[in-house]
Amino acid sequence: MMLLSVLLILLVLISLWAVMTPLLLRAAIGLAATSALLTMIMYQLGAPLAAVFELSVCAGLISVVFVSVVSLTHRLPLKEFMKRRQSRIKRFIFLPLLLVAALAIMLTIKLPFQLQLPAADKISDVRVMLWNIRRIDLFGQIMALLAGVYGVLILFRGRKTDGD
Amino acid sequence: MTYLLLFIPFAILILINLFPREKRTEPAFWLGLAVLVFQAGAVVASQFGYWGTILTSQLESVFGFNLQLYKMGHVLVMASALAGATALLVARATLKNKRDRFNFVGLLLVSLIGINGIAMVTDIFTLYIFIEVTALATFILIMLNREQAAFEGAFKYLIMSVVATVLMLAAVSLFILIGGGTSFLDVKMAVISDPLAYTALLLFLCGLFIKGGMVPFHGWLPDAYSSAPTAVSVWLAGIVTKASGIYALIRLMVIFGGLEPLQNIMLTVGAASIVIGALAALGQKELKRLLAYSSISQMGYIVIALGSGTVLGIFAALFHFFNHTLFKATLFANVAAVEEQTGTQEMEKLGGLAQKMPITGLTSAIASLSTAGLPPLSGFWSKLLIIIALWISGHYFFAAVAVLASVVTLAYFLLLQRQAFFGLVPAALKEVREAGPILLIPAVFLSLLIVVIGLVFPFMIQMVLR
Repeated sequence: MMLLSVLLILLVLISLWAVMTPLLLRAAIGLAATSALLTMIMYQLGAPLAAVFELSVCAGLISVVFVSVVSLTHRLPLKEFMKRRQSRIKRFIFLPLLLVAALAIMLTIKLPFQLQLPAADKISDVRVMLWNIRRIDLFGQIMALLAGVYGVLILFRGRKTDGD
Repeated sequence: MTYLLLFIPFAILILINLFPREKRTEPAFWLGLAVLVFQAGAVVASQFGYWGTILTSQLESVFGFNLQLYKMGHVLVMASALAGATALLVARATLKNKRDRFNFVGLLLVSLIGINGIAMVTDIFTLYIFIEVTALATFILIMLNREQAAFEGAFKYLIMSVVATVLMLAAVSLFILIGGGTSFLDVKMAVISDPLAYTALLLFLCGLFIKGGMVPFHGWLPDAYSSAPTAVSVWLAGIVTKASGIYALIRLMVIFGGLEPLQNIMLTVGAASIVIGALAALGQKELKRLLAYSSISQMGYIVIALGSGTVLGIFAALFHFFNHTLFKATLFANVAAVEEQTGTQEMEKLGGLAQKMPITGLTSAIASLSTAGLPPLSGFWSKLLIIIALWISGHYFFAAVAVLASVVTLAYFLLLQRQAFFGLVPAALKEVREAGPILLIPAVFLSLLIVVIGLVFPFMIQMVLR
């Protein structure tokens, strides 16, 4: 429980940093670190397969895509960077305050969460889950990927010619 | 039929990408149109029990998806076929770049798969997945012309959609924890037995309100509709926002319609959308923005009908859903014609177009009057049924709101007609001519449907309600 609480606090702090930092690269790294922490939390909660997916897709693949896109951008001059940092802190200063307020409210009203995690023997094999039970969802995910491919083709290939 | 509605668009999507690059735009258009014609034909054929016995049973053994196409799903499938065909024709006439036209067909097919999925799901997580498929394809469609305003419109839609996604996923997680599953049946059992699942259902509904552009989550909708290419606006207004937000609401209300707090939420959100959408439409200067606010108002009618909690209310909501596709697709096709011929959609720069573009003028008048609920057009019947459903369920105040807002609807459409189609023709528009057949065919066809359904409906109502 102690480890889980530490991980949760770290998760909140790092995700806050990812939102408030003015540099895209730091934001991408913050997101990757958040995913890595979430992976540990999932593992601690007894969901190793979800943890593996989180680590490989969110912390791995998506971070690689973000960092490669960020590498195509130009670095801000120092003066501009300082200006942006100030404005970003001003813009998002409410976020930590909001979190503290939410925590205070939760501690005060003591929400009656009595959720039980499913018993280990009730969890289906991931292969059965993906290919038998949730087959239609996989098809949907493939369609979502296809839409993403179209997005990349349309947004990043430009419009140089009128050809097909 | 369920599998064909997913696999035929998917197969065509693959096929159009196999053509040589320099020769693929034309076949893509015709194949895309063929998919939509098939889809409309399939709905008609299903009324005679054709699909269920022959193809589905064989495909079921191969794919085994947990899908069902109920009668109400037919309405969505038919509406998407009509809106899609209109959008394809408008794209052919208005998108000048061949690659844009090709990409439009591809993305339309992806979002069509999403919409068909929404029509057939039996599970709340699968519903979420197909809503996301539709939304992803739509973000990119809005940005198709790569203009600054379109990026801004798509960005607003994206941000609001992310909020909706968070709400819906949080709800799904709670359903899994409480009920152990995500099928509609599991969710229903969970909602009945646990107040926390009830809260989760409210979160999911909030997500759907965002996706459907309902007040107070409507901020993204006018920007997205007005900044997108007009062909995309036809698709967005004709079906996308309605399928991913409103149809999903109808589906859930069929399951949870008996819960009174949900009915009250529907009534309040519906009434707010009707009034705010209509009042905002009154002050618009651009055709597309006016139609966008009008959509918010009309979708409010669908939601308020769901709030009546009666079978008649659900039927009226579905009927208005279909009618909204007819008149909004017609009006956006009209906007495409006006913009194509005059180069503008600002109402102050237009005038007297009915003399120069008589067919566009006539079809826009039919669609406008149907939206306002004037007899004997189809919109009149759906609005009448909505008001009756509200009245007999004892919601007199909301029935009065629906009636009064119809007057405001009539007012903003009369303003539109007066500014754009009547009065004197400005000097700059003296040479304007009627739009080409590609833009007129869908407008005329849909207007005819509006009139025919309006005339035939009184004779069919007993049969339909049975």
